Amino acid sequence: MVPLSFAGHRLFVAGDAALWWPARRALLLADLHLEKGSFFAAAGQMLPPYDSRATMEAIDALVASTRPERVFCLGDNYHDDAGEARLAPCAASILQRLTGTLDWIWIRGNHDREVRGRWGGRAVTELEEHGLLLRHEAEPGETRPELSGHFHPKLRMTVRGRRIARRCFLRTETKLILPAFGSLTGGLDVDHPEIARACAAPPEALVALADRLACFPVGASRTMARKRA
Amino acid sequence: MSDALPRALADWFAGRGWRVRDHQSAMLDADRAGHHALLVASTGAGKTLAGFLPTLADAAEGAVEGLHTLYISPLKALAVDIQRNLKAPIEEIGLDLTVETRTGDTPSDRKARQRSRPPNILLTTPESLSLLLSHPDSVTLFADLKRVVIDEVHAFATQKRGDLLALSLARLQRIAPAMRRAALSATVADADGYRAWIAPYGDIDSVALVLGEKGADPDIDILLPLGRVPWGGHSGRYAAPQVMELIATNRTTLVFCNTRSLAELIFQDLWKSNDDSLPIGIHHGSLSVEARRKVEAAMARGDLRALVATASLDLGIDWGDIDCVVQMGAPKGSSRLLQRIGRANHRLDEPSKAILVPGNRFEYLEAQAALDAVEADERDPDIFRPGGLDVLAQHIMAMACAAPFRESDLLDEVQSALPYSALTPAAFARIVDFIRDGGYALKSYDRFRRLAPASEEEAGPIDAGDRRWRVSHPRFVTQHRMNAGIIVDAATLDVRFKNGRKLGTVEEYFAASLSPGDTFFFSGLSLEVERIKDTDLFVRATSRPARIPTYVGARMPLSTNLAARVRIFLADRSHWQRFPADVQEWLSVQAERSVLPEPGQLLVETFPREGRHYMVAYSFEGWNAHQSLGMLITKRMENRGLKPLGFVSNDYALGCYSLEPVTDPAALFSKDILHDEFTDWVQQSALLKRAFREVSVIGGLVDRQHPGKRKTGKQVTFSTDLIYDVLRKYEPDHVLLEAAWADARARLTDIGRLGDLLDRAADTMVHVALDRVSPLAVPLMVLIGRESVAQGSADDELLAEAEALIAEAMTL
Repeated sequence: MVPLSFAGHRLFVAGDAALWWPARRALLLADLHLEKGSFFAAAGQMLPPYDSRATMEAIDALVASTRPERVFCLGDNYHDDAGEARLAPCAASILQRLTGTLDWIWIRGNHDREVRGRWGGRAVTELEEHGLLLRHEAEPGETRPELSGHFHPKLRMTVRGRRIARRCFLRTETKLILPAFGSLTGGLDVDHPEIARACAAPPEALVALADRLACFPVGASRTMARKRA
Repeated sequence: MSDALPRALADWFAGRGWRVRDHQSAMLDADRAGHHALLVASTGAGKTLAGFLPTLADAAEGAVEGLHTLYISPLKALAVDIQRNLKAPIEEIGLDLTVETRTGDTPSDRKARQRSRPPNILLTTPESLSLLLSHPDSVTLFADLKRVVIDEVHAFATQKRGDLLALSLARLQRIAPAMRRAALSATVADADGYRAWIAPYGDIDSVALVLGEKGADPDIDILLPLGRVPWGGHSGRYAAPQVMELIATNRTTLVFCNTRSLAELIFQDLWKSNDDSLPIGIHHGSLSVEARRKVEAAMARGDLRALVATASLDLGIDWGDIDCVVQMGAPKGSSRLLQRIGRANHRLDEPSKAILVPGNRFEYLEAQAALDAVEADERDPDIFRPGGLDVLAQHIMAMACAAPFRESDLLDEVQSALPYSALTPAAFARIVDFIRDGGYALKSYDRFRRLAPASEEEAGPIDAGDRRWRVSHPRFVTQHRMNAGIIVDAATLDVRFKNGRKLGTVEEYFAASLSPGDTFFFSGLSLEVERIKDTDLFVRATSRPARIPTYVGARMPLSTNLAARVRIFLADRSHWQRFPADVQEWLSVQAERSVLPEPGQLLVETFPREGRHYMVAYSFEGWNAHQSLGMLITKRMENRGLKPLGFVSNDYALGCYSLEPVTDPAALFSKDILHDEFTDWVQQSALLKRAFREVSVIGGLVDRQHPGKRKTGKQVTFSTDLIYDVLRKYEPDHVLLEAAWADARARLTDIGRLGDLLDRAADTMVHVALDRVSPLAVPLMVLIGRESVAQGSADDELLAEAEALIAEAMTL
């Protein structure tokens, strides 16, 4: 795991889209968007019915490797409010097993304001955990250190003619935005104006490499890509 | 002359001072005998008129009522053009015939009216026809259809649009069993292949073959540079001043380029030599429709002295007055070259004038080969493949939208189309399941299904094992019509001026590398990026130097017949006397320093240079196959500890470079690479994901992104790459993965040619270990590192490097 420090806390990037917080023995995940596939199937686009299972198996593997005591899911846990009731049996059984032994906190997101913990865990709108605010969407005016999701940040660049697109974290002095964890969640360009607005200050985009964190100033990333190419 | 030709038509021909050509009356005779027909003729032979002659004859006899003839063109613009040309005979003869076009651009009120009160002749595209057939009233609309005329059939029969059209023809034939099919084609290598494609149930005898008269032999020259034939490059840019002279001495010149990027470059180069400011235009597929129409109109008025164009002009809009065609870079195939040359001088009895501008020495050989092939009347082979399963899915949904159906009926209809003649009932049922609910092994979408079982009243009685279906909800009909279509474009941004005027589009891939202040060439202008907002790229004109947009689009590989001719040139010195002195010298030094391979041999050279080891294989299988092979060979080199650093390829050869020398190339080129490394590589490569994106859209798994519907701030779409990953993990046998795999193999990697190459490699390889670079290797070697050089900064160093490279190679 690659270390990532934020507001005086020692965190680690687990996999490429989750955070491990050793001081709290906590795993942090954002934007699972469970049952996105079946949501679109209902509207006539028959996406594979395996997305929730893929997401839950990935979480299960992270839990096995980090052995957390608690898991924080930072909102948009389900793609829609009916998703919790629709959750595929195979994904639901993994979730039930995990919530049975871990302190599992669902933070409500704009896609799942009604999440209530049908398969275990408790739902909150936001909370403060040892000096860090956890919420779904960053608030531009917030001055306390804050962890959030919502934007699905993704870094896209062209280096030596090769296109590279990776999920990434966004960091300012007081804000850390997580990438989306869900298996069918796409990404939003890090230099999208909505992200700049939410961050208040220009963020840096962080991508976990094998042995360290790569940092890219946001806004300048396109120029940099060109210079390298 | 045919007895069948009505008096009014015969008089019209005579009044114009024309004779009815043999192939024109043969088309009429075939129709009168109730046969389908394939007319193979060169441009300028009155092909279109021949196709419509039976319709005009029917009209002259007063036998036309309702929708009589359907004309299918691969291009929207072509349909408009034909309407113009068809109007002349109709008006002059005074026939009571109505002609209308129907494409994606037709206003919806006219479309609705066309369905209730159709014209006698409807000009349309394969996509628009498929949509028409998805309406329940198509059964009455086409009930009296007598003829369907398919223009430029060679341009798309072997592609997915051809699959779609073949399926639509099958449906039309069922609605109107007496309908005759007539296809018009440029000269092709395998006319019988096309006859089988046209014929219902592949009954080739039901299709009369009509051959046009041979036109005058074209007058083709190779333009030689004032200095030496270049070692590298593939654009012929060096020749811009000479091309400008050609433009000045001819009335109207068409300058064809192989890619859109090249067209922009050449346009800039020509402009620099355009001392007299002659009017020159540019035309390619990324320019906005308005911009293209404007240029086309200027051409039609004769206002332009030259037009720089790409394949977007390959198909024949007739502009009459073009008297010279210039091909920049190698033509890649003899059929394509002829098609382009045919754009000049649309009269059969006068030779077309064309100039080829080869980009480098291999391209010189290729140009010479193309010349010989044209002279020998040799065409590039077409490969007829099984139809795409994604296209079949789209068609079945269209048929379900039209009416409830029985699987056995629709399967029989589908099998009557050649691309799907080998389709099994099980494969067909899988596609139906896919349309119904995604066709997944995990049955969790039953309540969302798009197809529901139909009743006996709706679809008739069925035998055991058969099934009946209907669309479960009208909204799925709407969904189908919104998303139907075969062309899946790369994601693009609109290039606009601040006032909103749209210049055209660039691919997202290129746009992602632009920041405000950057400059690029587009539509012949140097543009500076002001800002990027959502899907718009706002620009202003600038005089600053600029770079050229790149496009991901597939590259046309060297055809097998031209490759075979180039191989003969290398081996047989009797041809050399026709070549310029520096090309002859290049080949003879190669013969002395290394080997010139026999036509059947695979020459592999290895040599060290500046601390690296190089291996160059002269396999002549085209750029696509070489790119694939390069990936595979370097992977194998990695496994064997040879520390590969990279590879480069062109249409003629593949070069790999590494830190350790290759001593046994035969071991790298063995056939098992197709099993061991190939599958692995294709599954991980971007190729398969690209193919999956296409089949997902065509097959109707995901909706198209409609312009203006992309929201800001929130991600409303999903990436097909993610779907691909999930599907591959949990259901690797899914039918869409199978379709993507078939596409990737056939179209993207040129697996057929790759397989042939590897089959031969072991027996035919000649390995020559050299102490330094050979002359034949230079055109490939100069490609190394080109992309990684900073733009515009290092021209002098590059020249010095190339100079050193050539000096080393040519020293005896």
